[in-house]
Amino acid sequence: MSEQVEHLIRKDYAAGFHTAIDTETLPPGLNEDVVRFISAKKKEPEWLLEWRLQAFRAWQEMEEPDWAHLNYTAPDYQAISYFSTPKSMEDRPQSLDEVDPKLLETYEKLGIPLHEQEMLAGVAMDVVFDSVSVVTTFREKLAEAGVLFCSISEAVEKYPELVKKYLGSVVPQKDNYFAALNSAVFSDGSFVYIPKGVRCPMELSTYFRINEQNTGQFERTLIIAEEGSHVSYLEGCTAPMRDENQLHAAVVELVANDNAEIKYSTVQNWYPGDEEGKGGIYNFVTKRGVCHTSAKISWTQVETGSAVTWKYPSCVLRGDNSVGEFYSVALTNNYQQADTGTKMIHIGKNTRSTIISKGISAGKSQNVYRGLVRMNPGADGARNYTQCDSLLIGDRCGAHTFPYIESKNPSAVIEHEATTSKVSDDQMFLCQQRGLDPEKAVSMIVNGFCREVFKELPMEFAVEAGKLLEVSLEGSVG
Amino acid sequence: MLTIDKLCARVEEKEILKGLNLTVKPGEVHAIMGPNGAGKSTLGSVLAGREAFEVTGGSVTFNQQNLLELDVEARAHLGLFLAFQYPVEIPGVSNMEFLKASVDAVRKAQDKSELSSVEFMKMAREASKQVKLDQAFLKRGVNEGFSGGEKKRNEILQMMLLEPSLCILDETDSGLDIDALQTVADGVNAMRDTERSFIVVTHYQRLLDYIVPDYVHVLADGKIVKSGDKSLAKELEAKGYGWLEGEVA
Repeated sequence: MSEQVEHLIRKDYAAGFHTAIDTETLPPGLNEDVVRFISAKKKEPEWLLEWRLQAFRAWQEMEEPDWAHLNYTAPDYQAISYFSTPKSMEDRPQSLDEVDPKLLETYEKLGIPLHEQEMLAGVAMDVVFDSVSVVTTFREKLAEAGVLFCSISEAVEKYPELVKKYLGSVVPQKDNYFAALNSAVFSDGSFVYIPKGVRCPMELSTYFRINEQNTGQFERTLIIAEEGSHVSYLEGCTAPMRDENQLHAAVVELVANDNAEIKYSTVQNWYPGDEEGKGGIYNFVTKRGVCHTSAKISWTQVETGSAVTWKYPSCVLRGDNSVGEFYSVALTNNYQQADTGTKMIHIGKNTRSTIISKGISAGKSQNVYRGLVRMNPGADGARNYTQCDSLLIGDRCGAHTFPYIESKNPSAVIEHEATTSKVSDDQMFLCQQRGLDPEKAVSMIVNGFCREVFKELPMEFAVEAGKLLEVSLEGSVG
Repeated sequence: MLTIDKLCARVEEKEILKGLNLTVKPGEVHAIMGPNGAGKSTLGSVLAGREAFEVTGGSVTFNQQNLLELDVEARAHLGLFLAFQYPVEIPGVSNMEFLKASVDAVRKAQDKSELSSVEFMKMAREASKQVKLDQAFLKRGVNEGFSGGEKKRNEILQMMLLEPSLCILDETDSGLDIDALQTVADGVNAMRDTERSFIVVTHYQRLLDYIVPDYVHVLADGKIVKSGDKSLAKELEAKGYGWLEGEVA
């Protein structure tokens, strides 16, 4: 079986290409002037510049965390350029016709033609190319419902009070090393505001791409769901092939006010490096949501890309009866490393959380689940259920599980289940005897393993996720 | 259809098949019997192309092709089907999805048109009725939580849908009660025709009361040591395998 797996794992990264577009890029390096430049470039108010500078000063005092089960060379933060924008963006295009055709071509290659997407299933796109939002569609339709969906830069300009109130309210500037860096230099990202009682009429979707060489990506996303509102947000990404490691340190903040519900789904397919482990994206992400009374936040992620992943989408269950969910598929192949999981912080009474984590390791990769479930003293009757399954493909990869459980309330109930299994020779033989080629067989077995998570994804994403696993597993049958 | 000539094979350095000869013509049903450890199951695995089994000598021709140089799936595409003694579970993959992918792959390789989902569903429902497997099983994970008998019936279901030209049943009767045995045998008998051949590997004569073979072979110490018609099975049942030992030498 291993030879077949080898072969499968060795398929080239299908999304590996680079689009030549003129960009206005800051020379590498980071200091206060750079922070000021970014802020000025974006015509930000004084308070935001101050906010950024506070973050920058804090970051300078902090150390890069080293507790994760990851082995990589720390990025040289002075060798990174902190601002880049496609030039054609100075004048924001009013329609797709005005968009740089090269850009559109890029999307075509990725199989996400915008023209179709505009119509497709009513998905609104806030497309992020490098650091600046290029096109925002469906805005009017959303506006009718009172939903605000725009780039964070635009939100700063148009809805400064909302941004000021919520920015950093879930992930403070000094939360951690990467969050502090992001707070100092974030370039753009998405802003969503769902007013009280509104059910967002469509799924909101953002595609991210990293394009400009040596440019770190520092996206900042802020989603606010007012009382009794509902929103589903999709984030998906892919990146062109390159040699150098690229840093990505995003921050996502979710605020679910009383009885609100936020569903946040991610399909992440950044360049994972070649089969020798060269190149690939470093992905250090801080994602966190706070749930007020009877609110619900559901994180669903399918992580197949990046050379190094450091990511723990979390829920702070502050209000009574609030609910947090985390459904995750993390697949690593070749030399990829992932240290990912979640934190469920139970503060309110009768809070509930569910964690379903599926880790798939192939090649020589290392895949870690790291999860914290904390029951605070006031979390009477709180419950958590964690299921953590690992699947190994071949015999040179690793799967690790680090569950942290802290219960300070005797009435809280915590359940944890964990399994480790392998794609067995018997399963492969059965599939092949029934006429399936090894690649199809592995992808089918792995998709079956991930079923519980995939069913949480919005329909169109679930299909994409299945395909993505197939591509990412190439070369993994052993 | 199938010609096995002086086939030798080993697994982990242990010689199992030591010069096995067998010829199967279209429409024939051959039963392979023999004591434990004689190499009965190995024969099925080697013909299907299982990686752990190393062929060390001899040749196998199947439908005018050199079977031994083909991949496992290519053999399946040629019409070779192995019903497993211990069907494995594939959690999370629905039986229906698995069957459709399998039938699609085989039909594609055979240049047959792809079945629409509706056509396929109809076929699958029909077949599951025949093997007395509730349709709910089509939605469950492949063999996931199936009883021994349900797994075996599921194998026959797959066989019916794939319409192979050579079916190898590896101790399909093991672990079956009389009713299930009857169901499985009915399924097999319904598929018998002038073009389709069967190799039925079994320990017991009992199965052969239901699936009546054209030929019975005794496999001992890696070779066919005696061949005959169905009466040979009765003889074996009465005398055991001991009386053949003289003939092995």
